[in-house]
Amino acid sequence: MRKRVVITGLGVAAPNGVGIPSFLEAIQAGRSGIAFQQNLAELKFSCQIGGIPPVTDAIKQQYFTELQLRQLNSSGIIYGVIAGMEAWQNAGLPIASDEPDWDSGVVFGTGILGIDKFRESIYKVDDGQVRRLGSTVVVQTMTSGVSAFLGGMIGCGNQLTANSSACATGTEALLLGYERIVNGQAKRVLAGSCSDHGPYIWGGFDAMRVMPYQFNDTPERASRPLSATASGFVPGSGAGALVLELLESALERKATIYAEILGGHLNSGGQRGGGSMTAPNSSAVKRCIQQALVAANVRPEAVDLIDGHLTATSKDAAEVSAWCEALGRKGTDFPYINSLKSMVGHCLSAAGSIECVAAVLELKHGFIYPSINCDDLHPDIATLLAPDKIPHQLLRKDINVVAKANFGFGDVNACVILQKFKL
Amino acid sequence: MQTKDELIDTLKRIVKPYVQDEQAFAHVTENTDFLNDLKINSANLVDIALDVEEEFDIVIDNEAMERMLTVGSSIDIITQKLAEKL
Repeated sequence: MRKRVVITGLGVAAPNGVGIPSFLEAIQAGRSGIAFQQNLAELKFSCQIGGIPPVTDAIKQQYFTELQLRQLNSSGIIYGVIAGMEAWQNAGLPIASDEPDWDSGVVFGTGILGIDKFRESIYKVDDGQVRRLGSTVVVQTMTSGVSAFLGGMIGCGNQLTANSSACATGTEALLLGYERIVNGQAKRVLAGSCSDHGPYIWGGFDAMRVMPYQFNDTPERASRPLSATASGFVPGSGAGALVLELLESALERKATIYAEILGGHLNSGGQRGGGSMTAPNSSAVKRCIQQALVAANVRPEAVDLIDGHLTATSKDAAEVSAWCEALGRKGTDFPYINSLKSMVGHCLSAAGSIECVAAVLELKHGFIYPSINCDDLHPDIATLLAPDKIPHQLLRKDINVVAKANFGFGDVNACVILQKFKL
Repeated sequence: MQTKDELIDTLKRIVKPYVQDEQAFAHVTENTDFLNDLKINSANLVDIALDVEEEFDIVIDNEAMERMLTVGSSIDIITQKLAEKL
C-alpha cells in the first residue's frame, strides 16, 4: 500500500497576516493585505499598490540572531525563514543537536531571491568596490538561500533544495516533498516557497501591463478575482510553509494532523495548443487537474472546494471553464470556489504555498474563506457556475476534499488534492 | 592615536557580533584566535576586516587580511596601517 503523508505543521508570512493565528483570523474576516506603496508611485509605476507582510523588528528578532540580521537585505529570506521556522515549531519538531536529522529535508522554492541585496551588490561591483561586498551576498541571493538557512537552523540531514516554477512554485514544492516521502526517502519534508517584494520584482509585470492601475486610491478593492471588473493581478509577496510527514511518524509523535495529502500532478502545456510563455494551454490545465484526481484516487464529484489560481485577470473565466470540464461539473453541481488572491494579491512564487496553507486551514477548521471583491461576477463565469458557489462571506462548513491548483509562466501547472484527516 | 589597550577594546567591540563562544570572549588576550577560540565563522573574517577598515579609515589589503587571525596580529596590522597614514 502507498505510504500516507499528512501535514503536521503550518507557517505563513502573508500580506494580511504574519503567523498562523493572525492569518487565520484575517482570511476568515475577509481582510485585505493590499496597500498603497509610496515608492512605486515615486518610481512612476502604473500599479502603485501591493501586498507586503507586516513583519516587525520584534518578529525578525524572534527568528534571526543579531548576526544573521546584520547586512540582511533579502525580503524573501526573511519571509521564508519566518514561515519555515513557524511551521517546524508548530509541528512540535525539535532542532537537531550535533547529529543532523537524517530523516528531515527541506524543499523551499522561489522565483528570484534577495533582489534588493543583489541590487546593492551590483552598485558596489560597478563602482569597483567588489572587495567591500561582505560575506553574505552569495547566501542571500542564491536560489537555495532559504532552504540553506532553514536547513541549518533546524539541522536537516535529508535533501535540501529549492525548486522554481514561477507561480506554481509553492504547490510544486509541496508535491516534490510529498513524493520524496511516498518514495520512502524521507520521513519529513519542510515544503514551502517565498517571494521578495518591491519594485525590482514587480517592475517587469508593470511593464507587461498585467497589473491594475485603476485602484491606486482604493487598494483593498483592487484584487478582484472572478469579477467582471478584474483588471489585472495585484503584486504580493511573502512565504508559506508546511511540514509534510509520514503518517506513521506523525502518529508516533502524537502530532496534530491538519490534513492529508492524497496526491497531485505536475505538468506543462508545452506552449502549444493556445499555451505560450505567459498563457496556459487549457487542455494541459484540464489534464493536470484530472491526473491529480487519478493520482489521489478521488472522484470529481467528491471535490467540495476549489482553491483556484484565479489571479484576477481575463484568464479567470478560462480557468473556471477548465475546472468545469476537468470535473464534469457546472452550475449548481459545481463545487465551492474561492481565491486567496482577492485578499493578498498574487504573491508570485509564494502564491502556491500561502494558498496551500489557507486551504489546509479550511479543512482543519471547517470553513470556506470569502473570495472578496467579486460582487460583480464576470458574465462568462456566471454561465458556468451558480453564483452562490463563490462565498462573499465566511462560510462555516465542514469540507472533506479541496483541489488546489496553480499555473505559471512557462505554461506550467500544479494541482494537489488535500483531504480532511481521518485515520 | 589609541593605546594598545584602547585598540583591543575597539577591536573587541567590532568582533563581538561575530563571536560564537562568549566564554572565550570574556577572557580575550592578544593570543586569542578568532576561529579556534572565539569560534567565529571563517566567512565572517571578511566582514571583520571591512568593519575594521571603516572604524579606522584604513585599507586592509588581501595579504594583511590573511594574517588577521588573532587579536594580537590584528592590532599589529591596525597599528602599522595607522602609522602609514601619518
